[in-house]
Amino acid sequence: MFRSPIIASLTRHKLTTLLLVLQVSLTCAIVCNVAFMIAHRAAQLHTASGVAEDELVMIDSTDLDQDAQPLARHDADLAALRTIPGVRSAAAVDALPYNHNDWGNGIGIAKDAPARAVATAFNGTPGELATLGLHLVAGRDFHADEYVPMDSAHDWSGIDHVPAAIVTRSLADLLFPGQDPLGKSIYPGDNAARIVGVVDHLARPYLHEDASNEYATLLPMLPDSNTVTYVMRTAASDRSDVLKRAADVLNRLHGNRILRHARTFAELRSSYFEHSRTMIGLLLAAALGLLAVTAIGIAGLVNFWVQQRRRSIGIRRAVGATRGDILRYFLGENLLIVGCGVAVGSLLTYALNALLMVHDEQARLPPIYLMIGAAALCMLGQLAVLGPAVRAAAVPPVTATRSG
Amino acid sequence: MPGYYFLLAILSLKRNKVITALMIVAIGLGIGASMTMMTVLHVMSDDPLPGRSAQLFVPVIDPKPVHEDKPARAAADDDLTWPDAAYLLHAARADKQAAMAAGILPIQPQQATAHPFFESGRYVTADFFSMFGTPFAAGRGWTQQEDQDHARVVVLNAALNRKLFGAASGVGQVIRLKNTDFRVVGVLDNWQPQPVFYAQIDEHAFGEDDQFFLPLQTALELKLEFAGRMMCWGSGGDSRSSDHCSWLQFWVQLSTPAKASAYRDFLSGYVQDQRARGRFPRHVEPHLYNLMDWLAFQHLIPDDLQVQLWLAFGFLGVCMLNIVGLLLAKFLRRSGELGVRRALGARRRDLFLQLGIESSVIGVAGGLLGLALAELGLWSVRQQPDGYAHLARMDLAMLAGTFVLAIAASVIAGLLPAWRACNVAPALQLKTQ
Repeated sequence: MFRSPIIASLTRHKLTTLLLVLQVSLTCAIVCNVAFMIAHRAAQLHTASGVAEDELVMIDSTDLDQDAQPLARHDADLAALRTIPGVRSAAAVDALPYNHNDWGNGIGIAKDAPARAVATAFNGTPGELATLGLHLVAGRDFHADEYVPMDSAHDWSGIDHVPAAIVTRSLADLLFPGQDPLGKSIYPGDNAARIVGVVDHLARPYLHEDASNEYATLLPMLPDSNTVTYVMRTAASDRSDVLKRAADVLNRLHGNRILRHARTFAELRSSYFEHSRTMIGLLLAAALGLLAVTAIGIAGLVNFWVQQRRRSIGIRRAVGATRGDILRYFLGENLLIVGCGVAVGSLLTYALNALLMVHDEQARLPPIYLMIGAAALCMLGQLAVLGPAVRAAAVPPVTATRSG
Repeated sequence: MPGYYFLLAILSLKRNKVITALMIVAIGLGIGASMTMMTVLHVMSDDPLPGRSAQLFVPVIDPKPVHEDKPARAAADDDLTWPDAAYLLHAARADKQAAMAAGILPIQPQQATAHPFFESGRYVTADFFSMFGTPFAAGRGWTQQEDQDHARVVVLNAALNRKLFGAASGVGQVIRLKNTDFRVVGVLDNWQPQPVFYAQIDEHAFGEDDQFFLPLQTALELKLEFAGRMMCWGSGGDSRSSDHCSWLQFWVQLSTPAKASAYRDFLSGYVQDQRARGRFPRHVEPHLYNLMDWLAFQHLIPDDLQVQLWLAFGFLGVCMLNIVGLLLAKFLRRSGELGVRRALGARRRDLFLQLGIESSVIGVAGGLLGLALAELGLWSVRQQPDGYAHLARMDLAMLAGTFVLAIAASVIAGLLPAWRACNVAPALQLKTQ
């Protein structure tokens, strides 16, 4: 029975070959899944928040006066902030994307009906929409007479009286699929709020994995607790100047307060995703480390094999094999082994993916990752084997006549 | 003989310097990564209150209406409403019990020139201190009577006391929190259990601490700022005191299993009684979690860390396969030499010992490198902003564990090739020469 010399020779190293196949398949499984995790996290890093990220700065202020009048205080503060050179507009708000301040409300579409979704309420003074740089795709901004105080001293009961709402497109699609949401009523509190506008994107204060990341309502409610966030929109180059001046301006206007978290939106975003960036770095290091170890393993192993087979290589050369033949032999052998490893690895990859889907709510791995991973491993194998194979091809035919 | 074999091993390893170095680096990396992650998870799953944790329990009652969807993660809302917490406090069926919630307050230093600042703390009831065994550097907690009287008293933690009063204890002094004067009755001796197990478990469970403690009822009366999650499913009335908002953490101390079982019955009785009055429509039985079970149930350890641990083990696995393959190829190449030794009378076990020592040298070297890399890895974890980062240190047990893992990994990796190679038939190998 004819057997290719490559296979015949590998049967003399069954255990070693098996180990190498196993190593390649494990590497394939881990690297493909890790690559998928990296891609998923990298995509999260770049999710649009919907606000003008490069033009926003903010500062938190807490009024310490015993008989503080928050509404008047916010108006006076905002008026002062707007006088800072470079400030285009300013608003007092409670929530911002990624600021961890999430007031979620169950949103029904009929009175006392069960909630269809939990959406974050973004509340602020007139001009919030323009200050944040949100993009209206339908409808209008709020009218001045639609604003009501939040009434935070009485369990935020303003939400039961708020007459209007602007919703994100993803919330509108969920509540009124296929319909025009403008003019429809939603029930964030006890009573109806009419949808007057739709914005294309607005991310919630916490990152969510799916469409619910943008379940948000903008409500015309004036923040009226002692602590508030002032947001200012400015040119990107003016941000640090504006921030520095904002603290001075606010302290000069009213000293009995605590100012905290003076930062640009870019800083807020960067600190929110810091952990994610570290994780990407770790995953990347692990994947590259695995590939390196496997490549080194292949190179080392073939190196031993070449030393062991010097005599038979010499004989083949003596009976007429060219250097190219020897080179091709080792490359072919490697392709066979890595190919088997990748084949077994495909099964392992999806087994590992299935495990991760159960434990970590991972999505199903798209086949493209496996294809790229397999091709990369095959190429890596060829590269790793190139050095020893060239050395093997350099074995002179005269070796055949020497013993040992 | 082993000494001679050791010399032989060194000689043999020197012959392939690059490959030897690579094998040591591979096993070192694998062990370093695994040990780093095992140490991080080990310190994170440590008992935050050794000696007391077995007696501490969390009662969970589900008061939500029927149509409220079950949250994707069970941890989302296991807090109590004020009426339920107040009932459990008043019934006092456990050895000790306390209700608590997080708070954040502006603090006015006594010197008029100093600027006010924010500090996080906790609003608790009287048993909190004795139940958790908080160490007092000076003073004491407060009594249940003072809870009832809404006393203006506060217990400070060490850092805030130092900030306000320097080295002296502030007991007896008056400090201004928000707009109210409080009398300092006690100072804790830097009490920072990690994780902050008694709080709502979220991504801040590690690394945060409470710097003041004052009576919960006082905070409710003065409408001080609460922090943390509050879930409501109805409206009307004051949400903090209503039966449609859950936001309180509740802990009980039950010193014997019999008491725990009696407390379970008491909870069931209460829930049934309330159900008869139209509350708790979801028919979820009340639960009583032990402290360590509670932390597991609340998903204290983030998924990311689990992934990192398994990744590290996978990495170690691939490195081990790598080394087994390399050693096998290396030993088999020496079949001729080994065959000669067999023919000259060496027993299999002699060859096995010789090759075993050679792989052990790699293993020990790799283990030492792994230990160094693990320390490096832990150092880099400590540079991270995560709350658990500062805990990432190796204790003696983990140090010993690293060494055992390193030796075990390399011995397992070395045994198979050594066993396979010492099985050469003497005659056959001589013949092919």
